[in-house]
Amino acid sequence: MWSRREWIGALGAMGTAAALPAAHAEFRVEITGVGATQLPVTALKFRGEEAGGTNLVSAIIRADLERSGVFRFIESTQSIDETGVPAFPDLRSRGSDAVVAGSVTRLADGRFDVRYKLWDVVKGADQGGQSIAVQAADLRLAAHRIADAVYEKLTGEKGVFATRIAYITKGAGRYTLRVADADGEGGQVPLTSPDPIISPAWSPDGRELAYVSFEDRKPVVWVQDLQTGARRRVANFKGSNSAPAWSPDGSQLAVTLSREGGSQLFLINRDGSNPRRITQSSAIDTEPAFAPDGKTLYFVSDRGGSPQIYRQPIGGGNAERVTFQGSYNVSPAISPDGRTMTFVQRNGGGAFRVMTMDLSSGAMQTVSDTSDDESPSFAPNGRLIIYATRSGGRELLMTTTLDGKIKARLPGPGGVDIREPVWGPYGR
Amino acid sequence: MVKWNVGPGALSALLVLTLAGCGSTKLDTPAPVETRTPGDAGAGANAGNSGKPAAESNVASVDLGANASPPAGLGRTVYFDFDSYVIKDEYRPVVEGYAKFLAANKAKRMMIEGHTDERGSREYNLALGQKRAEAVQKAMALVGAGEGQLEAVSFGEERAVDAGHDEAAWAKNRRAELKDR
Repeated sequence: MWSRREWIGALGAMGTAAALPAAHAEFRVEITGVGATQLPVTALKFRGEEAGGTNLVSAIIRADLERSGVFRFIESTQSIDETGVPAFPDLRSRGSDAVVAGSVTRLADGRFDVRYKLWDVVKGADQGGQSIAVQAADLRLAAHRIADAVYEKLTGEKGVFATRIAYITKGAGRYTLRVADADGEGGQVPLTSPDPIISPAWSPDGRELAYVSFEDRKPVVWVQDLQTGARRRVANFKGSNSAPAWSPDGSQLAVTLSREGGSQLFLINRDGSNPRRITQSSAIDTEPAFAPDGKTLYFVSDRGGSPQIYRQPIGGGNAERVTFQGSYNVSPAISPDGRTMTFVQRNGGGAFRVMTMDLSSGAMQTVSDTSDDESPSFAPNGRLIIYATRSGGRELLMTTTLDGKIKARLPGPGGVDIREPVWGPYGR
Repeated sequence: MVKWNVGPGALSALLVLTLAGCGSTKLDTPAPVETRTPGDAGAGANAGNSGKPAAESNVASVDLGANASPPAGLGRTVYFDFDSYVIKDEYRPVVEGYAKFLAANKAKRMMIEGHTDERGSREYNLALGQKRAEAVQKAMALVGAGEGQLEAVSFGEERAVDAGHDEAAWAKNRRAELKDR
């Protein structure tokens, strides 16, 4: 039997993370990269999980935890549920530190009772569990909530597996705004249009999406309630209206308007009233992004001769330049703790790459190795970035850890181009 | 018996007398005619422009059809170089032709739609397209188009005419288009 040290070393030498068993091919999780220190864990098949159809709870939990980059999976064929006790010596000899098991039971009223238990293998201790009763349509959500619970128990941080993403697809002459689980599955369609839709933005409470639609033969900013579908124009001034960004308290949006000529930043109330201009340059000022404390606005400006990222106090004051390297830095997004910025930089060879910058030191890091990246945005726990890129002639979505080491390609609707992902907030 | 001399001079004299009797139109001073296009000499320009009095039989001519249609054969598109919103000389006729059309037809309105190639951020490209549309708008205003007649908007990279990923395709997408409203 290999010692744990040898096992971890062997996995590292292989250089790839584990692939899922073929039976779960639908999830199409493609994860690349090896993290420096990954927690070895085991997820046993949940008793009765086939009753949930193709939404196999243990596979969803495993894919979530793998995508986070924090865990490596150790296989085991033990067959217990949340009421049993794992054979700890076997797991220890395989190098696993924790194991989760459970069950899925169909209730008389058609709902499903999903139960799990987590054990610390090293100590041989029960770490607790839960029972969640859900409608069939929420089985995936139940699995995501268990993954969140396991993640939080083992890392001390909140998981993002029960959150949602929004993105846009284009295909066959149609544009579709979609809302999916953070793993790319379970997509629903708030809006379909023959005209372009761009720049989706989640309201902080997760109930609305702002976006730019060209249905009026010009760009106009709309806000739509996801549950009811009710939609309203919030910026429809003369010229172009675009780039909506919600203030952290949800009461205002920053937008780019050309109503006074050029492209300048304005604040408007969430109902579209009271536009106030906040940049005063003769250049292009666009792509606003609030810092999480709501006091600073980051944005893109070419006032210095090329598009660079600046920031400016919301209450008034001069803009301060933030990016100095390269001639094209755009699409800023700020991490929830306010300490990191992600953005897109075009390098000398013309490749567009997702980057991160530590905002206190200015140190930058390249996060991707593709050449056509766009639209990076942070998960609400600040541990992952989602972005769109092009590979094999198709546009697709990726998540990555902040150091760029663990990446996952998200499944999405086939046969269409996928762009402009934006990660939603906690809470549904 | 009086014999009427029906030679041309007598005839025209008779006409003048007859019409003078009507008293409704002064032939030698035509009613002021609104000049519809600046600098347009046109056929039958009114005599108000010249210092000398018009011939008595002169009739001023107003052509409501002049500049009533957009200029033919010019196309409606201005193309731009990479990262530029400068209107090149070869597209001046398009800009000026449509500007004169609008100046002559104050009730007409047009939309100027700016576009870019696909490279780079969608929102930054939306703003670049806006710059192109506004450059055309400013140039048209200089030649007489009214501010209320033109709206400049941008489609950024979203309405490519060529979906290719090379310079040939990109050059076709960097444009401003004039549309009726």
